[in-house]
Amino acid sequence: MSKFEFPKSIASRPVWGTLEVRQGEHHLMIAEAEGAEAILAIATPDLMAKTHLIYIPKGTDYVERLRALNPAQFYEGPSYEASLQRIRRVLEDAHMGLQVYLTGSEGMMGQAMNEVMAVGLPHTAIQTEHRGSVARRMQCVHCKGITEDVEIDPYVCAHCGLNLFVRDHYSRRLAAYQGVRVDAEDHGNVPEPKGIYE
Amino acid sequence: MTIQFNDESFRDDYTFHNSDWAIKRFPFPFHEDSYMYSVNMEQHRGGPEGSVYEMRFDVDEHYVSEMKDRAMVLDQDPLRCQSLPHMTLAGWDLLELIMVSKSEDYPDLFELHRNGNQWRWINKPLGIDHSFTFMDETTLPYGPMEYITRQAQGDFAVLDQRDEMLWMDAGMVTTQADWSLDFDIGMNFFEWHAPVPKAHEMGIFQRALKFLLNIQQGAPARRLNWTMTVNPLLDTSPENYHKWGIQKTTLTPENIAHKQHLRVELQTFFRLPRSNALVFPIRCYLCSFQDLMTVPKWGRRLHRVIRDLPEELATYKGFIDNRPMMLDYLSRFDDGLPTSPGIWPDLETEPPLAK
Repeated sequence: MSKFEFPKSIASRPVWGTLEVRQGEHHLMIAEAEGAEAILAIATPDLMAKTHLIYIPKGTDYVERLRALNPAQFYEGPSYEASLQRIRRVLEDAHMGLQVYLTGSEGMMGQAMNEVMAVGLPHTAIQTEHRGSVARRMQCVHCKGITEDVEIDPYVCAHCGLNLFVRDHYSRRLAAYQGVRVDAEDHGNVPEPKGIYE
Repeated sequence: MTIQFNDESFRDDYTFHNSDWAIKRFPFPFHEDSYMYSVNMEQHRGGPEGSVYEMRFDVDEHYVSEMKDRAMVLDQDPLRCQSLPHMTLAGWDLLELIMVSKSEDYPDLFELHRNGNQWRWINKPLGIDHSFTFMDETTLPYGPMEYITRQAQGDFAVLDQRDEMLWMDAGMVTTQADWSLDFDIGMNFFEWHAPVPKAHEMGIFQRALKFLLNIQQGAPARRLNWTMTVNPLLDTSPENYHKWGIQKTTLTPENIAHKQHLRVELQTFFRLPRSNALVFPIRCYLCSFQDLMTVPKWGRRLHRVIRDLPEELATYKGFIDNRPMMLDYLSRFDDGLPTSPGIWPDLETEPPLAK
């Protein structure tokens, strides 16, 4: 599957990279759905023998191919939220020099990046590669509620029910884009939703 | 002079008003008959007597009512004031800067008595007489930044400086022109300005950052910025935009004179001594169109600026839909005569409206 080219945008919008093998004794990979392809693309027996791989399939069928890479540790989680306690436990033991690889949706990478930074690892130890869904994790600026996996613009806030315009303005601290009421100046006049990149 | 503080509201019944004194000293932001972005920084070392530039932190007739409005906003949404853990020292720096400046600049309104770390702060307009220990948070009812900015007009962004960059790591933001501290906290200078159109391409932010990184202690700087607000609403936050946005559609040719306000920000920048942080007070001044039109020069100029403003800027500033109605009104105050350079009203030298 080819990678999605995000259109050029404003300075707060994150820019994702391409994973590459780094030197190091310890490697942590967190991959979601089609992110498996980015792992398969760089995996070598030597690298995987030093890797803890946390994988969240989200309905895809890459698990067996990942397991066949023989990672030192392999965990399949049903969702990012369910995997979070484990991710935190692993990061608790992280030593300087740990190399982190994040790949999948923007929402997952953004949240996982915050976990890694929170334990004091430098941002230079983190690599990212976007794969799969282009859905966004959105914060409603009005009620502050987060809506996951938003694919359309405008969308309905899962918490307060307002119709929200999807902005490109992004907060790394929240790992979310900003949603703002689309019909604030003309109540009820909500444009027909379309794909965010359509 | 003694200031008569207004009893007024910035919401609901909107009893906000400017006295003749406040109109004459309004910081009209256009120094010529057109407007484009620029860094437009100058030293903040006083200004003409009675002007908003004269003191380090200007106090005017709206002080007491603005502080009441701020308290209301914070009751409803405490996220408008936030400080990341490493910014507490900068909060003390800011408290000191404001207390020292106000007590020196307005000795009849504010007093600061210091005996080592034992400080006594008297704020007469707000009825505060408080003794506390400097640098001991347990002796204040709020964190130091929140404590002092509940007593100072304007928003405050407190910027940490590291890696040749400024970071929005603390702030008190209740009178903002549509940006969210809660969303932007922790961002760097380019990130929090990301939504501003055009200015990035023009290199404005690169130059501004370079200037700001080099601001030294005791040498503050300032600039003016502006936008438009329907009704004298201080809290034009994105948080409440779903409530106030609709007010923009209540403008009519009959009410535009008193309902449409020019909103000007006096932005100042001070280096803080212990933390090396930069504090960025953003002071908001509002003036209705009808009050602005009492100054002939401003009437002529505002019409020309609004008429010729690029569409992208009028959209970003949120008044593109109302611009035709504004121009219908403003054109009545433009007789085509030339205007004198600079922002000052020049009431004695500029001719009256010849129309």
